Amino acid sequence: MILKLFSPELVVILGSLAVFTVSLGQGRARLAAVVTTVTALLALALSLLSLAWHGELFQHALRIDLYSQLFKVFILLGLAGVAIFGNLLKDIREDIRPEYFLFLLLGTLGLMILVSSIELITLFVALELASYALFLLVPLRQERPGLRIQMESAAKYVMFGIVATGIMLFGMSYIFGLTGSTYFHDIAPALLQRWNDPSAIVGILLVLGGLLFKLAAFPMHLWAPDVYQGASNETTAFIAGAPKAAVMAVMIRFLLCANPSDHVLAAVLTVIAIASMGFGNLAALAQKDIKRMLAYSSIAHAGYVLLGLVTLRDTGYAAAIFYIFGFVVMSLAAFLVICLVSRTGENVLIEDLSGLHSRSPLAALILGVSMFALAGIPPFAGFMGKFFLLTEALRSGLIMLVIVAAVNTAIGIYYYLTVVRVMYFSDAGDRPTVRLGAINSSLGLVLLVIVVLLGVMPSFLLDLALAAVRATAL
Amino acid sequence: MDVFLFNGSWPLLSVLIFLPLAGACLLPLMRGARVAKIWVLGVTLVNAALSLKLYTGFDLSTAQYQFAETARWIPSLNICYTLGVDGISLLLVIMTTLLMPLCVLCSWNAIEKRVKEFLACILVMETSMLGVFLSLDFVLFYIFWEAMLIPMFLLIGVWGGPRKIYASVKFFLYTLAGSVLLPVAIIALYLHSAPHTFSIPALMGLPLAASLQKWLFLAFFIGFAIKVPMFPFHTWLPAAHVEAPTAGSVLLASVLLKMGTYGFLRFCLPITPLGVEAFAPVVIGLSIVGIIYGGLTALAQTDMKRLVAYSSVAHMGFVTLGIFVLNTNGVEGAMLQMINHGITTGALFLCVGMIYERTHSRELANATGIGKVMPIYVTALAIFSLSSLAFPGTNSFIGEFLVLAGAFTFSGKIAALAIPGVVLGAAYMLRMIQRIIWGGVSNPGTSGLKDLNTREIITLAPLLILVLWIGLAPTAFMDTFHASVAHLLQQFHAGLKL
Repeated sequence: MILKLFSPELVVILGSLAVFTVSLGQGRARLAAVVTTVTALLALALSLLSLAWHGELFQHALRIDLYSQLFKVFILLGLAGVAIFGNLLKDIREDIRPEYFLFLLLGTLGLMILVSSIELITLFVALELASYALFLLVPLRQERPGLRIQMESAAKYVMFGIVATGIMLFGMSYIFGLTGSTYFHDIAPALLQRWNDPSAIVGILLVLGGLLFKLAAFPMHLWAPDVYQGASNETTAFIAGAPKAAVMAVMIRFLLCANPSDHVLAAVLTVIAIASMGFGNLAALAQKDIKRMLAYSSIAHAGYVLLGLVTLRDTGYAAAIFYIFGFVVMSLAAFLVICLVSRTGENVLIEDLSGLHSRSPLAALILGVSMFALAGIPPFAGFMGKFFLLTEALRSGLIMLVIVAAVNTAIGIYYYLTVVRVMYFSDAGDRPTVRLGAINSSLGLVLLVIVVLLGVMPSFLLDLALAAVRATAL
Repeated sequence: MDVFLFNGSWPLLSVLIFLPLAGACLLPLMRGARVAKIWVLGVTLVNAALSLKLYTGFDLSTAQYQFAETARWIPSLNICYTLGVDGISLLLVIMTTLLMPLCVLCSWNAIEKRVKEFLACILVMETSMLGVFLSLDFVLFYIFWEAMLIPMFLLIGVWGGPRKIYASVKFFLYTLAGSVLLPVAIIALYLHSAPHTFSIPALMGLPLAASLQKWLFLAFFIGFAIKVPMFPFHTWLPAAHVEAPTAGSVLLASVLLKMGTYGFLRFCLPITPLGVEAFAPVVIGLSIVGIIYGGLTALAQTDMKRLVAYSSVAHMGFVTLGIFVLNTNGVEGAMLQMINHGITTGALFLCVGMIYERTHSRELANATGIGKVMPIYVTALAIFSLSSLAFPGTNSFIGEFLVLAGAFTFSGKIAALAIPGVVLGAAYMLRMIQRIIWGGVSNPGTSGLKDLNTREIITLAPLLILVLWIGLAPTAFMDTFHASVAHLLQQFHAGLKL
């Protein structure tokens, strides 16, 4: 029974062990890539199967239910995507490529355990497992002559990350002090009883503060642009998606322990949401490097997601889950194209995409759709997600927040449109054609189909997300 | 009375909307540009023929939404896939489907690069435009309303003129910025209905507070006024019209602009009557400014496309004037004028496009004196121009007359202010015809021009017939919307008393 419930994680553990073994030899980068891809696909398939499973493992430290398994699907989709389109690791030194895959798998494992954790210590260990693996991926990038940008990014990522972790631990100590337990089962009722004590809100806010770092929400966003830019394209592709979904799962877990009618919590989150959207969108307008632009845009998206969390209701959380899944898929699609346009793994400027339409019509289509989807234009996932978020926020009476979010959509469209404009309206010049290959083309098409399906048939995932939140809130 | 009439035995409206999309999806299978063009022409013709079934099967005596279809779509938010057509949307739908084959024909030789993508954009446009007119659920409506921006953006940006990038980005940003508050208004309506619903008919006549109605009206108004476009939100229009390829200009002028006025009729009047009443003087004022401003600016243009574009501002001013005088003559005149403007201005853009294909210039000065070499062309151009200036016997005369009659009922002063617009219309149109037909006969650049070929005559002929048909016997057209307009005004007045 334990083996069955734990099987997605187990597959990833076995996969990492296999990659570790592979990494002991020389010149086995391809083999490591294949093992990683197979592991990711196998775990993804298992996690899809596991949606119906439920149970608790390891002295009630992990909980397997629809909620945790749904998030594992998101995470493993992110891993599988990166393992497929990023398997060349163009910008990682050949002899350390197997290690790269090892850290990637370990990071994923951390995230998977994280979304299942219902005990504070386990949660913390899982988060650290994920964080340290991801910290290590950033500096693995090859050094460019006279430019050690990857080291700068890695240092920033680690420093900010550690501070955020400290803040979170501090918050957890408040929660433990108030409730006398590290188990969510006990924390939730105990915290509600003592909600009048200001330290309850302080504790929750400090924990959320640490988590907002991973989500790259204002004011914990400072690392994002530099890390996105400095890390190799594949690393950024992974960091941009799966960890954000996992962290949101944990945030919702903590918010489920909070008093749903609390005004202070809602007010703080509202301010963070508004600041994230405004800052992210305005800063993105000025970017030339597409990864940097996507970093700022992800700050804005973190703000949008908070719209669902601010409501402190299950329907709002469901909308946020829908949105974050759409976001994971849309960014994967965007990074797929970025990884393939970049010939030697160098960063891609927006102007490097000139005439992409004639260099590779499919790549332009994939990136174009993901840009329109991120901008929130129907009939794509981003629109439906935003629509649900706006509906839930307005249901909670947050009219100002909703208007700010709506206006931000209009600001955001400009920089997304710039990418489309460059791809379709500019001349290719002497830029080479881009070959996607059969596997990447099919992956891109699958992502496109998901983006469109979420936009026109959103009901399935939305209902699933709501059921998931309700299943875990018990 | 049930608001829906399920009088279709099969989902005609869904077929109308999604047939073009299916056609676009099959486009990659077509080998060669010529086959693709024939395929798309076939798809649009079939769709046009199908839309005529709407007319023959339409029950003129009722204001219900006919050929209705409804299905649960997103049950957790009570969002439904609801379609239906009534007197307000019927003619707009038929006009849209009839114009599509003409857009394909007029692009037959004009579009040389990326032909398949161009045709795909045209078909996707058709799907989203029809979706806007036929949706009876707010979410569905908004999806079509916004989705349309993408193909139009590409049409202008890829196949447009020299300043296409500026024009396409301006078009996209302007129209998108206008409609960002629309979903907020839609959600607010949803939350004020009980049980919560996005169904447009169910939201009509809700007893909402006057202040809320005013805010909702403003949110709607900004979106719709930019689409119309009303002065002072019109600045995207000349740029987009001038740079768009001919088919794009036709779609913009004939269909896209109507979505704004359709929005006023479909949403503002029945849902926010108190807002309409409060802001009607402002809207009427802007309409009159638009009529005069559009006319004066058109008079000063040397570029034919710009001239027609500014004349659109003036003509759409008449439409909004007719709607917001809020009586039967005004609204019916506005309804008819929406169709008339679609036909006439669409035709004028086609005519300008034909000259452009020959001389690669849209300057009036380069097209002078072609009456001798292109007699068929100038005859058609003259008739469309006369229609544009509302000459008796043409379609626009009936529409403009009704609008002015409605305005007189509302207030003699208002109508008197709009009259100079009619005179200006005559001035700029006659100036254009005079230059083109008789001006500078010795113009060397125009002496070798060929007159219209069969394809071009076929493109213009249906519009020519409609101009005269509506002008001489408008009853058949006006009968379609009597019941709906009466019902709409009754809803509006009932809403004022709530």
